[in-house]
Order: sequence, then C-alpha cells, then structure tokens
Amino acid sequence: MRPRRSGRVIALSPSGRPDSNNRERGIYIRSHIGALPTYILKKSLGALITVFFVITVVFLLMRLMPIEGYFGDDFDRLAPVQREAILQKMGLLDPWYIQLSNFYQDLARGDLGTSIIFRPNVPVAEIIAPKVPYSLKFGLAAMALSLSLGLLLGIFQAREKGKWPDALGTSYVIFINAVPAAVYFLFIQLYLTQLSGLPILYSSARPLSWILPAVSMSLGGIAGYAMWIRRFMVDELNKDYIKLARAKGLSNTRVMFSHVLRNAFVPMVQHLPTTLLMTIAGSIFIESLYSIPGMGGLLIDAISRQDNPLVQALVLIYSTIGVFGLFIGDILMAITDPRIKLEKAGGAR
Amino acid sequence: MEEQALFVLAERDVADAERSGYSDYSYWGSTIRVFMKNYAAVFCLGLLIVLLVFIMVQPYLPAQRDPNEIHLSQETFRQLRNVRPGAEFWFGTNSIGQDLWARIWSGTRTSLGIGIAVASWNVLIGIIVGTLWGYVRKLERVLTEVYNVLDNIPSTIIMTLIAYMLRPSISTMVIAMGVTGWVPVSRFIRTQVIIIRDREYNLASRCLGTPTGRIITRNILPYLVSVIMLRFALAIPGAIASEVFLTYIGLGLPLHIPSLGNLINEGRQLMMIPVMRYQLIFPSVVVSLITISFYVMGNAFSDAADPRNHV
Repeated sequence: MRPRRSGRVIALSPSGRPDSNNRERGIYIRSHIGALPTYILKKSLGALITVFFVITVVFLLMRLMPIEGYFGDDFDRLAPVQREAILQKMGLLDPWYIQLSNFYQDLARGDLGTSIIFRPNVPVAEIIAPKVPYSLKFGLAAMALSLSLGLLLGIFQAREKGKWPDALGTSYVIFINAVPAAVYFLFIQLYLTQLSGLPILYSSARPLSWILPAVSMSLGGIAGYAMWIRRFMVDELNKDYIKLARAKGLSNTRVMFSHVLRNAFVPMVQHLPTTLLMTIAGSIFIESLYSIPGMGGLLIDAISRQDNPLVQALVLIYSTIGVFGLFIGDILMAITDPRIKLEKAGGAR
Repeated sequence: MEEQALFVLAERDVADAERSGYSDYSYWGSTIRVFMKNYAAVFCLGLLIVLLVFIMVQPYLPAQRDPNEIHLSQETFRQLRNVRPGAEFWFGTNSIGQDLWARIWSGTRTSLGIGIAVASWNVLIGIIVGTLWGYVRKLERVLTEVYNVLDNIPSTIIMTLIAYMLRPSISTMVIAMGVTGWVPVSRFIRTQVIIIRDREYNLASRCLGTPTGRIITRNILPYLVSVIMLRFALAIPGAIASEVFLTYIGLGLPLHIPSLGNLINEGRQLMMIPVMRYQLIFPSVVVSLITISFYVMGNAFSDAADPRNHV
C-alpha cells in the first residue's frame, strides 16, 4: 500500500527516529480508512455501469422473443394487420434505439411494464409485490438452516478427517452436487411426506407445511458450505499461526472459533449479500412443487404462458439483484479484511 | 578400516552413475497408478464404460422395441397403458403404451449426447477465452468487463431465456447451455494461467524468443490437462441436470425424442399413484448413477493428476 501524505504526527521511538513498526502500522490503518470512501465510490460507479450494460443486453435479447407473447389468447384470432397494429401501438415496430430509449425512460419512472397474459393489464410491480414476502421467508429460513447445519457438518468432518463421519459427509456432498436437484426434491416430497405425515403442499394456515420446503431448499446450501469449510479448515489447521496458537496452550475450541472461523468469515462475507438478495428470486423447483405463491413459481408461469413483459421484468430484477449483491459483498469484504488493497495494485505482476 | 584405505579413489563407472540417476517416473503412469488405488472411482469408471457400451449396442440387441412405438394389446387392440414391469416389458410401459426399457436407454443416449456436446463446447471455449484472458494483457480489461456482465446474471435465467426464445430441440438445448457454460471454465483457466505464466521456465522461454502461441500450447496448456479433464467430467452431470431442469419448467425436448429429463417429468405426473411410481424411479436411478459416476470419477482423476499426490 502506498503511504499517503497527511499531517499526522509520526510516533517517535526513544532514539528519535520514527519507530518503523509503529509507522507502518499507523500509515496502514490511516490509508485503509481513508481510501474506503473512494473505494466505495469507484465500486458503485462500476456497479452502475454493469447494471446499465446488463439491462441493455437483456432488453435487446428480449426483442428476439417470440411475438406470440404480446397478444395473449387472441393471437390466432387476429388478422396480420391487427397484429401489426397492436405491435405498433406497443411501440414494438419502432427502430431498436427508439425502443431502448423509451425503455430507459419507463425504467426511470419506475415503470416495469404491464402483464399481458398472466394477469392482463396489471402492472408487473403489482404482481410481484405480494409474492416477494413468500420467497423471502422461505429463502431466509433455508439460508439460516444451510449456514448453521452446513458449517457444523463441515467443522465436524474436518475434526473427524479420514474417519467414517467424514466419509459419510463427503458422500452426502457428492450426492447433492451430482444428482439433479429435481430428482431428489421429488423423492423427498414423495416419501418424506408419507413417513413424517407432514403436509404435501404448502398452505399459509398450517405452520407445519413450512418444514419440508425449507429443508429441501437448504440441502444444496448445506452441501456447499460443508464442503467449503471442511477444505478451508483442513488447509488452515496446518498453518503456522494455528500451530502458534496451539503452542500457546489455547484450547481446541478456542483455536477453532477465534482463529480459524474468524478467517473463514472473510471469503464468506463476500458472497453472503448475493445469497441473501437472491432469496427474493425464490427456488423455482420448490415453489412449484409445494405450490408456494412466490417469485420462482412466477417465472415458470410467465414462461409457460409466454407473457413477454413479465419475463422481461423478472429477468431484469434478477440481474440487478446479482450486480447489487456483488457490490455489497465487495464493500463488506474490504471492511472486514484489512489485507485487501483498496487502491489499484501497482508494480509488476 | 585402515586410514589409508579411506583416501583411495573409488572406481567410477559411468553406466552405474547413469542408472542410479535415472528415474522411471512418468506423469501419466503415476496418474493412472494413483487413480487405480481409488476403488470407488475405478468402480464408477467401470460402470460408465459398461453403460456406454451398452447404450451403443442396445438397439441392435435381439428383442428390442422402438422407443416411440405404441404397443397395442393383441386381443382388445387397446393401448397397453402403464403395464407394470415384468417379463414382457422389463421396465413396464408408460401412460400411452410405449416401452419404458427402450425409452430409458434411448433417453440416456440423448442426455449423454447433450452432456458431452455441452461439456466439449464449454471446455473448448473456456480454454480459448481463459488463456487469452490470462495471457494477453491488452484483452484483460475487455474480457474482465464481459465477465462481470455475464457472471452477474444468474446463468439459469440466461439459459431459460435462450431456450424460451428458440424452439425446443437438441441443438437449442446445447446452445442455451453453452451460452454461459464456458464462463466459469474460462475464469478458472485464467486464474491457473496467471499463476504459472510468470514462472521462471516461461520467463526463460520468452527471453529466448518463443512466440506467444507456442508458449501457450507447449508450456502452459499441458500443465492444465488435469484441471481441464476435471472440468470436462463435471460439466457432463451439470448439463444433464440442466436438461432435467429445462424439461421441468416446460422448455424441454418434444416427447418423441426421449431424454432422461422427459422421462422424469413424465414419471412425476404419475407419482402420486403408488403402483405407477416405477415410471419415476427407473429414470431417476439411471440419471443418479450416471451423474454420481462422472462426479466421483472427475474428482478422483483430478486428485490423481496432481503431482503432489504421486509418491
């Protein structure tokens, strides 16, 4: 990190010379905090540009959608002239740059368009708003489950490395990662509902019907976190600072929690915001299997009924969420990990 | 020993020195040896080979039926619907009287074909873009921006979108999966290239005036063979899962082209009737065996190909 000039008093050692150790540390902290606003500004500009690009690309791609999706059930009954008139009215026959500029203007006013088939003439925002809470609740429950169980499983595996609990956990991870999710979701719905007597479909009146969807949704996350934290711990436990901590006589638990997990936290912080925001998108499989009225099911409905404006709005929302999540993740990571360089790395690579 | 004897020159045999300096280490030999020690992986490899050979020869075996033929009863001339597995139909028939045994193996051919096509495409494009991205500094800026845009849209969404825009067919499916499938591969290759491109042996090559193309193909890519194979092996189960997903949301292949996704989806519609569950269970078991085998084998191979694991 390049030292920054500032009117700061440099700590002096008794010899009168700047204490090299103190000086480095002082400048380091100083520049780290000082550079943060610039860093955030730079990153947010970058994120905005990316969002702009993504939106434009998605919009242009959407122009290639089958035009049946603009008419609803009337498509077959309309004469070609009528179809053209409708397309004309919707502005779809304009040159692409005019469409694009209209689209930007609508977006700036917060107008995402109007559904045509799914719920005719209802603004997309109005359709989406009541669905978000469902997806959010299930998503958050699943995320809490996968984080807690996944980390526990991974830590346990790392402790029992090479013994049968480790092998068992690894087989679980392999199974979940390899087999298509649709397959094991179906079997969970089929057999676990029979075995446990839990309801087969979701209903807001029965709290028990929450359990299976949330558990199914968390399975993939559990496998992911377990695999990652296991590898992280196995790698980390051989490092010098852990050996030192052990040599100091710290207990195993202490080493795990205040040293290893503290470091594991940093890479996790970067991707948590995206995961968190993406819970809004819901799980396509789970929501349609258990008939939860959330966002994931909405996308399938919109696609199968070919409602172009709805598909477009959903895709735009998901992509923006993705960019935004990554942006927050970068910022959080910069705050939690002082080793990350906020300024552009100089010198030869 | 006499002190004098310690200072007598030993006889030096050149051939002997050569022999002790020689190591019979061979990279591929060691890789295969380490791989063979992983019994689970060897089992999966065997399973896959048997399966591949079987699905290739299955249509030519005696007493095989056409996957799309609708079987009628000899007496009543009605469709033999949902016949349970037995001597006549080994895996039973589906809801319109087609032979499930023939459909499953035909579907396996389709799904594996899609998987291999997608995996080859992803790995090929991933290698090309990844090496350029990592090695050519002028391209780095541009490719990083392209990566940011592509990586930020969830890949399922892009895949769904493309499949939605094009008509369902095998090639559409491969295209939909291939549009973004290469992105993670290229990023992975880029990281590896950046790690090894400034090693001394590459620096030496550059100083000696080796052209860039030759450095990439001779110095860098051979080093990446193991990770490329791993990516290839893992892309196949990924593509099969994507096929199941696309079929599930209604963007799958038409029913006259059986695929594992189609069969699972057909089975799902009948799964609430216990006696008809075989229509879901058979394709699910086949798809699980295939995907798990590729996954286990790929991981075991990449471990075996890592020289640190060679003794």
